[in-house]
Amino acid sequence: MANKLETIDVNLHYGDFHALKGISLAIPDHSVTALIGPSGCGKSTYLRLFNRMNDLIPNTKITGQVLMDGEDIYKIKSSKIDHLRRTVGMVFQKPNPFPKSIFENVAYGLRVNGISDNSFIENQVEKTLRQAVLWEEVKDKLKKSAFELSGGQQQRLCIARALAIEPTVILMDEPASALDPISTGKIEDLIFELKNQYTIIIVTHNMQQAGRVSDYTGFFYLGNLIEFDKTKKIFTSPSKRETENYITGRFG
Amino acid sequence: MEFPESNEKRKKLGQAIMFGLSRGISYGIVALLFLILFFIVKQGIGVISWEFLTAMPTDGMTKGGIWPAIVGTVYLVLGSMLFAFPVGVMAGIYVNEYAVAGPVKRFVKMMTNNLAGVPSIIFGLFGMALFVNQMGFGASILAGSLTLGLLALPIVIRTTEEALKSVDDTFRQASYALGGSKLYTIRKVVLPIALPNILTGLILAVGRVSGETAPILFTVAAYFLPKLPSSIMDQAMALPYHLYVISTSGTQIEASRPMAYGTALVLVVIVLIVNIAAALLRNYFGKKVKMN
Repeated sequence: MANKLETIDVNLHYGDFHALKGISLAIPDHSVTALIGPSGCGKSTYLRLFNRMNDLIPNTKITGQVLMDGEDIYKIKSSKIDHLRRTVGMVFQKPNPFPKSIFENVAYGLRVNGISDNSFIENQVEKTLRQAVLWEEVKDKLKKSAFELSGGQQQRLCIARALAIEPTVILMDEPASALDPISTGKIEDLIFELKNQYTIIIVTHNMQQAGRVSDYTGFFYLGNLIEFDKTKKIFTSPSKRETENYITGRFG
Repeated sequence: MEFPESNEKRKKLGQAIMFGLSRGISYGIVALLFLILFFIVKQGIGVISWEFLTAMPTDGMTKGGIWPAIVGTVYLVLGSMLFAFPVGVMAGIYVNEYAVAGPVKRFVKMMTNNLAGVPSIIFGLFGMALFVNQMGFGASILAGSLTLGLLALPIVIRTTEEALKSVDDTFRQASYALGGSKLYTIRKVVLPIALPNILTGLILAVGRVSGETAPILFTVAAYFLPKLPSSIMDQAMALPYHLYVISTSGTQIEASRPMAYGTALVLVVIVLIVNIAAALLRNYFGKKVKMN
């Protein structure tokens, strides 16, 4: 399988803090990669490399290469960053629908990128809500506020919002950590469905979740990538002592 | 382990004293407000009539009404907000959304705070020097509105800034992640969320502006005008200044005393109505943000 994303010796500093230490990692196309590790280990920072969200934080310095389809996304013109972010969808830890209707939340990404054809938007909204397995629950109240949905529904709405502009990569930053087990299950089923079409990276604190949804797992610790391998391998016979200690709950 | 009983008693007593004191003070403040209102209503209600509200003053302002002062105050409040609201909101957007943390941002914020602390008579003098004389507007509604607008500016800037600051950053990030530009994100996501709180700033500013006397003293206020202003270049009467005039000058201060209380009552009621209207507006927008 081809590599969709790749980082080569990436270092990231926030001011004096060395958050990522020489990370080299290749992420295969159409797969789910879980990033695990204790808080502050750099996994969320690493995730945010791929849509250049770290750029928003002042005093961030990045060296090394971050490749998407072989192109270094830190060498593109700054005017192309919006374009990059269009191809990389993101789902956040806390469900954060916009204070708009359910329909307008999903349509936002289309409108922001200049699409105004209403019938196209309507089709796309329905298609994406179906993809996010939310359509049946919301089809009669598309004009209602997104805040009227439950937390789990809101998070699936946020996934639909990200899917609407047809990205190729989806970044998920602990997407289920604020949800109850049933909602979490639905999100995990959804991730499983989506990996046929997308390359997904998911940051999670939940070992079982990493084991259930991902094909590959990377273990981060103190800004280093300790180990990266097939999820099955990581959870059955990790090659590093630190990994084993972490996944068996001896620290972290 | 044995805990001494006396400690419990001391704790209880301390609580009782502290809570009693703070409760007493807060009730006292409410009572004070009602006392002021009661005093004004009691003294002023007698002269309130349809004629008082809609007629011109007559007989050396000892009789007749205060219509031109009401009209003038409404014009000045509207004019000053027309200036201060867009300018203040834009400045607030700059400070919170665009300015990079550092000495420049700190300086701008510090100066905004200092502006809020400048005595209002200084605004009056400045307005006279700049708008009335330098820019040649003369004593006019335009000059008075701009002067009052300057006075209101720091209030609008600060509340806008606070309102924007309280918008959770993940809303911005979610918009950027969909390819939204900073401007689009501010217009479509951040401002709608912040709007109800920004309107609070407008309420505060209106309340402040409608009662100010010093800034309009040299820039717009007329002692007496026989007719209503017909353009923004005309002088106008205004409630607070009218109140000042009939309370302190003229030959028949005692005769115009009831008129003064009536004027005060009208001024208080107008501020109250504006506050209530703006609060309703804020609630409406607050709901709309959630609905839309």
